[in-house]
Amino acid sequence: MVVSHSQSAALTAAAPMGPPRSLWADARARFFRNRAAVGGLVVLGLVAGFAIFGPFVAQHSIEEINWSILGKVDDAGGPCFLSGPDNEIPPCSETGHWFGTDAQARDLFARTVQGTQISLMVGVVGALIAVLVGTIYGAVSGYFGGRLDNMMMRVVDVLMSVPYMFVLILLLVVFGRSILMLFIGIGLISWLDMARIARGQTLSLRSRDFIEAAIATGVHPFRIILRHIVPNLLGVVIVYATLLVPSMIIYESFISFLGLGVQEPLTSWGALINEGADQMRQGLWMLLIPLAFFVVSLFGFFFVGDGLRDALDPKDR
Amino acid sequence: MTAFILRRLLFAIPVLLILIVLTFVLMYTAPGSPFASDRGVPPAVLANLEREYGLDRPFLAQIGTYIWNIVTQFDFGPSFQYRDQDVNDLIEQGFPVTLTYGFWSFLVAVVVGGTLGVVAAIRQNTWLDYFAVGISIGAQVLPNFVMAPILVLVFTLWLGWLPGGGWQGGQIEYLIMPVIALSTSFMASIARIARASMLEVMTSNFIRTARAKGLPGRTIVLRHALKPALLPVISYLGPAFVGMITGSVVIDLYFSTGGIGQFFVASALNRDYGVMMGITVLLGALTILFNLLVDILYAWIDPKIRY
Repeated sequence: MVVSHSQSAALTAAAPMGPPRSLWADARARFFRNRAAVGGLVVLGLVAGFAIFGPFVAQHSIEEINWSILGKVDDAGGPCFLSGPDNEIPPCSETGHWFGTDAQARDLFARTVQGTQISLMVGVVGALIAVLVGTIYGAVSGYFGGRLDNMMMRVVDVLMSVPYMFVLILLLVVFGRSILMLFIGIGLISWLDMARIARGQTLSLRSRDFIEAAIATGVHPFRIILRHIVPNLLGVVIVYATLLVPSMIIYESFISFLGLGVQEPLTSWGALINEGADQMRQGLWMLLIPLAFFVVSLFGFFFVGDGLRDALDPKDR
Repeated sequence: MTAFILRRLLFAIPVLLILIVLTFVLMYTAPGSPFASDRGVPPAVLANLEREYGLDRPFLAQIGTYIWNIVTQFDFGPSFQYRDQDVNDLIEQGFPVTLTYGFWSFLVAVVVGGTLGVVAAIRQNTWLDYFAVGISIGAQVLPNFVMAPILVLVFTLWLGWLPGGGWQGGQIEYLIMPVIALSTSFMASIARIARASMLEVMTSNFIRTARAKGLPGRTIVLRHALKPALLPVISYLGPAFVGMITGSVVIDLYFSTGGIGQFFVASALNRDYGVMMGITVLLGALTILFNLLVDILYAWIDPKIRY
């Protein structure tokens, strides 16, 4: 794998006698020793659980307007657990608006669940596209080298020096705003960094003995890339993909914050934060609740990503 | 050096052309006419409008004129929604604003972030280091569209110190929040990068040699360590610039500063392709130019680069 033979020999020699451990088991042990990373993982689990099971718990749909609250959202729309004698918020047993309502008196809990689903999905799909396209692209470019490599990396350079957010918004406006278009647009840019990283790793792998042996025995180049190069890129790719998820979420939230992303009645963290920011004078909960979800989840992703890097990156051992 | 700059310039031109062609093709393939609206414009009027704006001409003629006008007259074409405005008017109005707070944001991000990172590395594992690391981790989850509402909440709504938006010719109280909101996440990234590379440099052989010679700590840091440690920061300046230009859209929208981003969002909501395309191309050109400057700066500072 990513460790050279002498290093892995040293690792085994240094470890106390016991059954041999694989590199992945090693990495797993290192990861679970990292408290911040484990905490991040727990938080992400909770957020994912919220997105998956939230719809079954929510008392309302994302579009349903509570007419008894509409018009006095400022006073009666707050989270129902704040209900008390000194305010007008109806008790939870009556409304079930655990997170209160938004400015149009729609249940904020249901909307937050739905926004979380979209934001997480965008993050994961964007990272997945990056992994698939970027890894293959980088591996091919790095493996063949020479003029092809030069050309392929130039393409990446060109695409990277374009202010992609503007092109992405142009794309969304021209072809209509939809979640599919959002995925395509984000997927188009997400793989660039990954391609560079995969290429760099491939360049150093290419001169290793096992690749030479494969070439010498006449294995087809594409088979070498898929069977020998790509599996060895996995560690780096996983680390980078985890760190890519939050940046994809930030992209999507950015676009939705501008009102150019997901369309009503669908929502996402960015759209919810935007709506909440408009209402902060009247109902602070509309800003703070989605903001908390956004910030906490992003922290989770960054901590897990850093933990994975420490666990899988051979450099810092 | 001149040859190097020329070569980079030659590379920048096709990149810019690709950007123009890309955005133009996008607009050209857009389904429906840019003038079609819900009001149901009669086909004859539509045809007239398209002729007026030259949209009935063949593709190559259209794109040729577009590029020609940009290159020779710096003319980014008309707005398709407002007869009396073209993209250049909007740029003239909005660009000075964007440039002002963009410049300050960039300066704050680089100076504060760089200093924080370098100082944290020199004083590794002291409270100063933990403070810097804490800030840079925290600011990772605070992109501009999160910072902006938080700042307004605290400084306008709760403390009442600063106006919640507007520009007023860029007076300082209107400038503070946009600059903080825009620069925070980049400041954090720069601090992180500077700290990591400074730590690496400070443990390298030539620094050990300098110490062994008995040079004072200040000289070691300022004369020997700083330059190589800042190289990764310099290569981050390009992406930071793109990020700030992109972020300026949020700043303009949220603080109503009236910069170029405000026109971009308005035109996006209006489907005003002319304006969107013009702004995209202009900002693309700026980005490419900035990357060129960064490359030159890098080559100038890094002795390992031969040109």
